[in-house]
Amino acid sequence: MTAAAEVLRAKKVTKRFGGLVAVNAIDFTIPEKSIVSLIGPNGAGKTTFFNIIAGIYDPTDGAIEFRDLTMIAHARRAWMEPVLWVAIPAVLGILTALIGVAGAPQGTVILGIFITILALLASLVTGVARGPAYQRFLARFGIFRSARPNDMVVAGLGRTFQNIRLFQNMTALENVQVGMHSRLRAGWYDALLSTPRNRHEEAFSRARAEELLELVGLRGEGANLAKNLPYGDQRRLEIARALASNPVLLLLDEPTAGMNPNETAGLTALIGRLRRDLGLTILLIEHDMKVVMGISDRVTVLDHGEKIAEGTPEEIRRDPKVIEAYLGAPAE
Amino acid sequence: MTAMTSARPTTGPSSPRARLQAFAHLHRSATIIASMVLITVAMILLPQVPPLSFIQRSDAWYDTFANAGVFILLAMGLNVVVGLAGLLDLGYAAFFAIGSYTYAYSNSPFSHQNLPFLPMLAVGAAVAAVFGIALGAPTLRLRGDYLAIMTLGFGEIVPIMFLNLDKWTEGTNGIGGIFRPEPLPLLGEFTPLSPFAYYILSVMIVTLAMILLYRMQDSRIGRAWNAIREDELAAAANGINTVTTKLLAFAIGATTAGFAGVFNASKLTIVSPEQFLFAVSFSVLAMVILGGMGNIWGVAAGAFVVYLIQIVLLKQLNGIVENLNVPFLTKVNFLDYQYLLFGIALVLMMLFRPEGLFPSQRRRRELHIADELEGPIDEPGVIGSMGETPGADETFNEAAGEDVPGHDR
Repeated sequence: MTAAAEVLRAKKVTKRFGGLVAVNAIDFTIPEKSIVSLIGPNGAGKTTFFNIIAGIYDPTDGAIEFRDLTMIAHARRAWMEPVLWVAIPAVLGILTALIGVAGAPQGTVILGIFITILALLASLVTGVARGPAYQRFLARFGIFRSARPNDMVVAGLGRTFQNIRLFQNMTALENVQVGMHSRLRAGWYDALLSTPRNRHEEAFSRARAEELLELVGLRGEGANLAKNLPYGDQRRLEIARALASNPVLLLLDEPTAGMNPNETAGLTALIGRLRRDLGLTILLIEHDMKVVMGISDRVTVLDHGEKIAEGTPEEIRRDPKVIEAYLGAPAE
Repeated sequence: MTAMTSARPTTGPSSPRARLQAFAHLHRSATIIASMVLITVAMILLPQVPPLSFIQRSDAWYDTFANAGVFILLAMGLNVVVGLAGLLDLGYAAFFAIGSYTYAYSNSPFSHQNLPFLPMLAVGAAVAAVFGIALGAPTLRLRGDYLAIMTLGFGEIVPIMFLNLDKWTEGTNGIGGIFRPEPLPLLGEFTPLSPFAYYILSVMIVTLAMILLYRMQDSRIGRAWNAIREDELAAAANGINTVTTKLLAFAIGATTAGFAGVFNASKLTIVSPEQFLFAVSFSVLAMVILGGMGNIWGVAAGAFVVYLIQIVLLKQLNGIVENLNVPFLTKVNFLDYQYLLFGIALVLMMLFRPEGLFPSQRRRRELHIADELEGPIDEPGVIGSMGETPGADETFNEAAGEDVPGHDR
């Protein structure tokens, strides 16, 4: 398998919570346009691993490469970042002090101090916002910090949550529009002035959201509040919201949890369709073995934070280690 | 499942009221302007006729209305921070103070400056916004209570700075003799004797602010604020840069306070630190809560009503009680008890109508389903019950009166 055909590579990812090793040195790859499942008993570290990929937890060790870019790893030269923030204002401040000593009029010195403070504020805001341009700027100095969840979304990752986390009091349509947030460009000034771009984007996002709702089978439900949707529809809505950012890789955390067999079958079909029609790569955490064995190309099994098996569904089904993890070791 | 489908609200404009609402939503700015013109005309005429004309002269009424405009602006600005983005700000008066002092420095004998009013309106707002960003940038990663304490501290620091830096601020005396705005086209001259120009000016600023805030609320940014208020982690996991979005809410709240401050300073012609104490932050927060968090019109109406009660009603109550010669009560100065009344009103409000007098749709939904929401979701075991009948619960709450305990997310 060539490097380019892997959407995501996890290298020796470890996460410790105090003394508990939730995820232990996991190597893991996701080939492009495949459906990979992550299974394991409760507490095996599946969701922790998911959260690391999504940028919510920083791993204790190891790195995540997403689309051939290292997104999450140990911070490198992080101490330099605050130094950079202060550097430009410091230069301005020293200049001001110099012209003050040289006997410049008071007004000029006050202006200098003023500009220095504004520059400090500007660099602070840039640093806090951590926009893409700023991150590229940091990369030039060899500074690296792990991506935040929103950076991962911009990079092309969408996710759903194990316990549905929709914006309950917003309508289904608004939920999907929020999912589109990172792909829309209208800023606050566009909103204030009601520019053509703003109006165009609003109309576009509504139309696109309708499309996505239809795709997941929620046609005509756009005006309903998220919390008023039936449970299965809420799961579908969460998928629509995740799709709204045009992801390359979709992380689904137990998408069929709590569903009846009928709803499960419908959702499984939907997941298959997402790969086929949209060319998505999907990483799935799932307990329902019928779903896992039915649609996965590869299955990885975690237990106690360790990867105990990896392979096709057929191989996994026969793997003695997996059987042991799920059913316990045979009595001696 | 069937119960829920039937409980679902029907969509599409059916009644005239719904059609009107749909129209108002589509032509927001035009609706705001039209409504404000109507309200303004009504408020010009009403003080001329009884019963309002008995209470005070119409000029005094216009003066009151103009002052109320300041609090309406403040309440609308705080509404962005508290009602839309869900960040509790207890030191909002600080930005009001910064706007006021900015105008004082630009137009007073103290600073020997006399700059034109309208540009200063923008400058004052911009300065307040810069301070809003300066306060927000390092601290907005804090959550909930911690952020509230931090803003409380900022709200204390700013007036104390103005008090103690007396070399630059004249300390307790404040900066007095601030120049009034130069005559503006259409409005005429600003004099202490005819507050009419101030009144119209305040209506114009409020209208402008309202249009802009509605545009923000209905935009991509407004949606992001809502999302952050509902679930910050989910918002981040959906590509919203939570830090910048919250910072923007802070900045816009501060900007609105800056507008209010400039107008306030130009009207009172004096600024002093005791105008910006915690009581102001608290009053404005109470206005936002009483009016109905998240609803711009509601918050504006709440501010107006609360201000009138504070300024006119309590004063009148003193007069009425004195005239009627009620024993005991004549000795009571009702103005002294306004915060007691505030407190009682807030307690009653939280008990009986936590979403405020004029709630936003969203708030009402939140507050009346909150309990049912929190529990089941996080537990996979109970998940099956989730899909059952949220709609039925809603109707149950409404049938049981509105005394569902408030729950702020």
